[in-house]
Amino acid sequence: MTLLPEKTDAKLGLVIDLDTCVGCHACVVSCKGWNTQGYGVPLSDQDPYGGDPSGTFLNRVHAYEVMRPDGQAQTTHFPKSCLHCEDAPCVTVCPTGASYKRQEDGIVLVNESACIGCGLCAWACPYGARELDQAAGVMKKCTLCVDRIYNDNLPEVDRVPSCVRTCPAGARHFGDLGDPDSDVSKLVEARGGIDLMPEQGTKPVNKYLPPRPKDQPLEEIDILAPLLEPVAEDARGFIGWLDKALEKL
Amino acid sequence: MHPAPSIIFFTVFSGLGFGLLAWLGLGLPDVTGWVAFVFFALAYLMAVGGLISSTFHLGNPQRALRAFTQWRTSWLSREGWLAVLSLLVMAVYGAGLVFLGERWTGLGILGSILSLATVYATSMIYGQLKTVPRWNAWTTPALFMVFAVGGGALMAGQVTAAIILLILLGGLQYIAWTTGDARFRDAGHTMETATGLGPVGKVRLLESPHSGGNYLLREMVHVVGRKHARKLRILSLTGLSILPVLLLLLLPAGHIVGLIAVILHLAGTLGARWLFFAEAEHVVGLYYGKR
Repeated sequence: MTLLPEKTDAKLGLVIDLDTCVGCHACVVSCKGWNTQGYGVPLSDQDPYGGDPSGTFLNRVHAYEVMRPDGQAQTTHFPKSCLHCEDAPCVTVCPTGASYKRQEDGIVLVNESACIGCGLCAWACPYGARELDQAAGVMKKCTLCVDRIYNDNLPEVDRVPSCVRTCPAGARHFGDLGDPDSDVSKLVEARGGIDLMPEQGTKPVNKYLPPRPKDQPLEEIDILAPLLEPVAEDARGFIGWLDKALEKL
Repeated sequence: MHPAPSIIFFTVFSGLGFGLLAWLGLGLPDVTGWVAFVFFALAYLMAVGGLISSTFHLGNPQRALRAFTQWRTSWLSREGWLAVLSLLVMAVYGAGLVFLGERWTGLGILGSILSLATVYATSMIYGQLKTVPRWNAWTTPALFMVFAVGGGALMAGQVTAAIILLILLGGLQYIAWTTGDARFRDAGHTMETATGLGPVGKVRLLESPHSGGNYLLREMVHVVGRKHARKLRILSLTGLSILPVLLLLLLPAGHIVGLIAVILHLAGTLGARWLFFAEAEHVVGLYYGKR
């Protein structure tokens, strides 16, 4: 049903640390690996080994250069997936009821057997979190690994989204953002977590932790620069002979 | 946004078809028998043809019936209901005119209202999207409605009404274009708000998440077509409003003049509708450093 719940019992979501993310794309690969064989149809690729490959992904990592007012540029790796918005515009536009937000944990899901593949939900999402699978013609999106997090067949340590379990830098955190005492809520509080494109009014559940300011000012970097000048001025032996011979030519 | 031909044909022809039905429902022109049959056949051909065309872009059209379930929140679902209801009501009303020579006035008015409501619902599929600031304004439903009643008047041979409505349409289209140009900026969406990195500094895309294309870029970041937007705007406006109005004003009314005016209006409308999509910028482009 595409009516959004008044209030969800929990707000499960991710907290992504932009200070820690190293941009390795391991979360992208593990997400595709898990979700192409679990919930719903596989995440298909088109022309995967040809000249123009493309495919369906639920999580993608962008990289940005942020130019600071003091003239220093800073690189920020930026993983992006569904933010499981409280006021999810993708859900209400769905004509078939395939898109829905769960009352019990706030996860936004697609019932693929009801999806007609009209693509309107992808248009309604400001974040590019939904992609229409080109082979199956149904909408794919992050499920927060709903088939892992409640799965008693998995060891407890694995009952988190695949991206969180995989991240080698510990840049991704999973928990209940509706509970102010949860670890993720405390992390967001301590680090000043932010919403993406808040002016869209979607009230995202997922939060991003902004990169910490750099602790070294620009000038001090130059201290090492003289050491980088060429050191082998006086070549000897065979190389020296070659150098002289080439000079004479 | 990607200007998909199926969606352009759908919105243009179903708009015209329902616009014509709205006039027929009011008894303008007052026709019965075979003449009425031709008018209704034309209107149904365009309205239903447009609706069928819209199913061509679906990934799983065999489940299209499910689209009738979510009318409480979804404009797309509401459009489905209103389209079916107006086509059913107008079929009964049209049968009365064609086969019995009877005009059931109340039913006709109901059919007219439903037809216009269908066009409104179509327009709100686009007008509701906050993610496309150019569409997210009063101009979108206003434009779709005036396109329908103006083009419908032209098809229905309502010369005076057509002249007035097509002049209004031209003005409205101009306002929609000029106000639309500033709307993305005015909405305040930037790469800084998209990434939340504004407090750190000015943001630039360093590396795209993938070297190839993807669904998002193909569907929502259509930048190639905007090169000739200015010329296309002038051509479209000339076709959809200026030339048909001049024809109707300067030449004696007749079937040939009417046909030429309709063809010109249709060509201009298709151009304007192509621009409606091609010029619309989706906020997701910001994540890719594009608009």
